[in-house]
Amino acid sequence: MQYLLLLYAEEAGWGKLSKEQQQQGVSAYGAYTEALKKAGVLAGANRLQPVSTATTLKITDGKSQVLDGPYLESKEQLGGYYLIDVPDLDAALSWAARCPGASHGTVEVRPVWAM
Amino acid sequence: MADDAQQREAQSAARATVDTVARRSYGKLVAFLAARTRDVAAAEDALSEAFASALSDWPANGCPENPEGWLLTTARRKNIDAMRAANREEIATAQIRIISEGLEAAAAESEIPDERLALLFACAHPAIDASVRAPLMLQVVLGLDAVAIASAFLVSPSTMGQRLVRAKNKIRLAEIPFRIPGRDELRERVDVVLDAIYAAFAQGWTDPASTDAARRDLAFEAIFLCRLVTELLPNEPEALGLLALMLYAESRSRARRSEQGGYIPLEQQNLALWDCAQIEEAENLLFRASKSGLVGRYQLEASLQSAHVERRKTGRKNWEAVVELYEALYLLSRSPVVAINRAVAIAELRGASEGLEALREIENEPRLAQYQPYWAARADLLARNGQIAESAGAYELAIGLERDAAVRQFLQGRLALLKVQKI
Repeated sequence: MQYLLLLYAEEAGWGKLSKEQQQQGVSAYGAYTEALKKAGVLAGANRLQPVSTATTLKITDGKSQVLDGPYLESKEQLGGYYLIDVPDLDAALSWAARCPGASHGTVEVRPVWAM
Repeated sequence: MADDAQQREAQSAARATVDTVARRSYGKLVAFLAARTRDVAAAEDALSEAFASALSDWPANGCPENPEGWLLTTARRKNIDAMRAANREEIATAQIRIISEGLEAAAAESEIPDERLALLFACAHPAIDASVRAPLMLQVVLGLDAVAIASAFLVSPSTMGQRLVRAKNKIRLAEIPFRIPGRDELRERVDVVLDAIYAAFAQGWTDPASTDAARRDLAFEAIFLCRLVTELLPNEPEALGLLALMLYAESRSRARRSEQGGYIPLEQQNLALWDCAQIEEAENLLFRASKSGLVGRYQLEASLQSAHVERRKTGRKNWEAVVELYEALYLLSRSPVVAINRAVAIAELRGASEGLEALREIENEPRLAQYQPYWAARADLLARNGQIAESAGAYELAIGLERDAAVRQFLQGRLALLKVQKI
């Protein structure tokens, strides 16, 4: 069963960290990714550029509307994701708990719709 | 205006009484009702309705002299109403008779017989799925709600709710008995109850920063449950051992984090922050348990805690005794987690390479591949043995597997130190 771990956090928080803290943060994510790989459960992962780079698009009445900015303004922004393949929700939750993002933000765990 | 004030006062007095009775008697009342019908969910429902009635009745008519008896009588009536409404007339008639038996007498007496132990044995019955025993006890005996329990056990609230419902259905439909097991099977069954209590405690213990109120309370509730078991079964050495073990751990709860939230290992903790009263109680419990002559897992683990406390207090190295205790515990449990601690103690006594040798015995254990303490212990021993590159790799894995941010930072600090030494 695949689950998508969506990592939400306050983007501005990152800039407030010291260089050393940022390094520590990056290496914590690196170690977490390695652990997922070693366990053979990692199906995909990416860190996203800040929401200021986001563009949204929708088509109404055949006309496309392109807007600068994210779909939803919120306090915490989607900053990255992990796609993992594990037996059940409990296993997914135990990996979510180890994610550094769970300590400095929120991790949403969503089962992938099996086709 | 004066009437309003009076009414408010009566309401808050009633609420306070309800809270006190709920705290003290919830499990007792559920046990008493459910032991007669085996329907735990119905007992809980009836009781929560009775508590709601109390909140509306007591401010108007004054708190009854015997609040427990009042609640029991009301809950019983609600229980019977619910059964009639569910249209299970023939079952209802039989059960109503059972509920009524002894109930009149019980409600009239000031003390309702304590059947919580029988309820605990039903919750921790071997026929109940092991993973739901601790949550079930917390809900049924202490009245904790599914949401709080779910968050402590890292399970979604709806999943936890379903598991609890299924377990209660199983008790009712499979007719799991509410009784204290006979002498021949008591020991084994007590162990199951104690394991569930310890599981609850461990869930509470994994939130050392006390950020999550539900989890912190769980450590407290587990100690409460274990105290209950030691009161109801005063001669059970393993129950005394478990209570001692949890008190030793709890006694250090203020010392294991710095003011900034940093992780502080046992060997560096400030002894002034340890709770002496809890340690003394633990020592006494352990002594009482030892008089039975029956040694078990929890007494051994508590003895290890006692040895750690003694070493820190006197400054005398006692690693020989610690290794011996771990040997005994490992023989008993064959647990790879115990083997890790044993290897660390062996390294203290006979050097890092012997510690690594001891770790090698369990390196093929599949459960350890994702177990942070294994990689952290391995990293430390490798570093002390001069295998810097291998140590760094093990630290990386440990960091990736840790869920507590403070411990993660502690491990990252160790790794940074290791890299400096290498240069």
